[in-house]
Amino acid sequence: MQALVIHNLHARIGEREILKGLTLTVPLGEVHAIMGPNGSGKSTLAKVLAGHPEYEVTHGTATLDGQDLLSLEPDARARLGLFLAFQYPCEIPGVSIANFLRTALQARLAEGEEIDAIAFYQELYEKMDLLQIDRSFTSRSVNDGFSGGEKKRCEILQLAMLKPKYAILDETDSGLDIDALKIVANGVNSMRSPHFSAIIITHYQRLLHYIQPDYVHVLVDGRIVRSGDKQLAIELEERGYDTIIEEAQALATAQKLETFPH
Amino acid sequence: MNPTTQQKHELNFDLEFGNFYYTEHYTYDAGYGLSERTIDYICDVKNDAPWIREFRKKALHIFLNKPNPTHWASADLNNIDYNHIRYYLAKDKHPRRSWEEVPENVKKTFERLGIPEKERKFLAGVEAQFDSEAAYSNMKEELAKQGVIFVGSTEGLNNYPDIFKKWFSKVIPPGDNKFAALNSAVFSGGSFIYVPPGVKVRQPLQAYFRINAENFGQFERTLIIADEGAEVTYMEGCTAPRFETSTLHSAVVELVALPGAKIQYITVQNWSPNVYNLVTKRGLAFAEAQIKWIDCNIGSRLTMKYPGVILKGPKARGEVISIALANNGQHQDTGAKMIHAADETTSNIVSKSISIGNGRATYRGLVHIPSHLRGCKNNTECDALLIHTDSRTDTYPAIVVKGQGNCVQHEASVSKVSAEQIFYMQQRGLSEAQAMSLSVNGFVNDLVRQFPIEYSVELKRLIDLEMEGSVG
Repeated sequence: MQALVIHNLHARIGEREILKGLTLTVPLGEVHAIMGPNGSGKSTLAKVLAGHPEYEVTHGTATLDGQDLLSLEPDARARLGLFLAFQYPCEIPGVSIANFLRTALQARLAEGEEIDAIAFYQELYEKMDLLQIDRSFTSRSVNDGFSGGEKKRCEILQLAMLKPKYAILDETDSGLDIDALKIVANGVNSMRSPHFSAIIITHYQRLLHYIQPDYVHVLVDGRIVRSGDKQLAIELEERGYDTIIEEAQALATAQKLETFPH
Repeated sequence: MNPTTQQKHELNFDLEFGNFYYTEHYTYDAGYGLSERTIDYICDVKNDAPWIREFRKKALHIFLNKPNPTHWASADLNNIDYNHIRYYLAKDKHPRRSWEEVPENVKKTFERLGIPEKERKFLAGVEAQFDSEAAYSNMKEELAKQGVIFVGSTEGLNNYPDIFKKWFSKVIPPGDNKFAALNSAVFSGGSFIYVPPGVKVRQPLQAYFRINAENFGQFERTLIIADEGAEVTYMEGCTAPRFETSTLHSAVVELVALPGAKIQYITVQNWSPNVYNLVTKRGLAFAEAQIKWIDCNIGSRLTMKYPGVILKGPKARGEVISIALANNGQHQDTGAKMIHAADETTSNIVSKSISIGNGRATYRGLVHIPSHLRGCKNNTECDALLIHTDSRTDTYPAIVVKGQGNCVQHEASVSKVSAEQIFYMQQRGLSEAQAMSLSVNGFVNDLVRQFPIEYSVELKRLIDLEMEGSVG
């Protein structure tokens, strides 16, 4: 099966363990949402999968279509088909969006192959129109002087151009007004296919109105404590994290007790 | 993955770009060391006029009596062994006008460096210097018809003595500094250019300076005169193979822009990391004339170079655009000098430096505006980018502004390539080295855009190459 498979993943930053045995499978073609309170490890999961150098994996595995991710450099993971839409995208002064995307696409080609410049610009303009990004942005430096909303749209533009198999969207909805949210959702929805998966990390189910997930997972204290369909997101919104967490903990305790003979 | 193999392939190819040499049998060799006998040898070979012989010998005495400027400059200067350098090496005294006539190995050298190809594509004239003398020198016929002169310094001296003598060593006298004195004593090669009044040379003239021999010093001397309202762009490129011992390159370049003239002088040098590159460059700008230095310093062990403009006539404008890249073990000590000597003169200095590994980039600037002048303006911007934690940058701006009617502005910044930025780019599929290159190219992008396209491509390639080696 083609899938992103995470098994019993433990990771820490410095001495602080943040992921404490996270297990999750996202088959290719599905959209999964990961929700959870602040500090539960959502962004850490995104960064660990992408290979951020500050995080150390202490235990567990993560594979992409059967290939080990954790031993690879961040760029090799990206070229395998993993994309991360950053919560706080970086500014790259002096490097235009067009140049950056061309270089990134070129890095995926075999030796001797060249990007077709005309086809590249045609596609770039098409995607920019879809995301309602002004065409003059092609020559603007990546994220340099962009508003919060412009940065998020630029992330989705990169997603649309690089066409990864698995995309992680780390709180892409934060800081977006409702119009921008719709535009971003539209961009992601346009990519939905049996060959594309998305993991949508969010606090709120607002974005999930527009990008309907196949599954919703609740991440608490470095572990997935509950999984369900999109109804779970609505339930979370109505009843709050605390209730869900308490129930999940009670359930876990009960399961633990069951596993021990009386 | 393929991108990695592609990089490796390019890397090997590029690193070898300038690093080759052919064993050459020199007809003329002044031998090791520097004395009056060396000067006499050079004068005899070149058939110099008596005043030049005298000029050289005076300069030699200035050189021998001036101490190294180590009270402000790097102590590494003390490591130059002047007795272990050859001061004149030539196979042939006269440059050829067609590539077919150029000796085989010399021709092969310049073909590998791509000079004949560039000449065909976009240059108005080329001079190719191999060690001490130009092997090839040619200019488009239509320019000659307009009265443009583009020859080597020896030919300029012999064939156009009046105009040569009028300006030679007037902008940079031998006593200016120790290395200007050294050059004045043993100079050979370099270009002599004269553009008559009102003539605008549309395509650039190019000189290429190639060091081929070990334990050798290259001392070209360039003099460019743009007469009233004339315009010219001159570009120079430089390379040398990597030898075990260090090599010395000490040029003097004098520019004279008569009223209303424009001179643009572009340098993209890529010295191997054992070259001492100690160069004096200065221009004299008369009323409403403009002189612009675009100076890219990559490679060398130690570069000391501060292109300057003396703003002699009202409304003259001087500009220095400088990019320096100091890699491991290298020190780029570069900057600019702007001497305002007339009302309403303006100057602009933009310097960007990149320090990689333990590389050190120093900006040294001098802006001088005396009190009796009115309406002078200077703008100075220095930006430094540090790549690693042991990279170093220093800024020594000296700005002397007197009087009430002038305006000066200075801005400086230091930034570091952040790990977050590199991670961001790697997440998009770029290798760490590609990410670094892109980041550095972005840093200098606004300056590179001012270059002719062929040179901006070359500079980008050189930066990529330097960054490839810096990661790992």
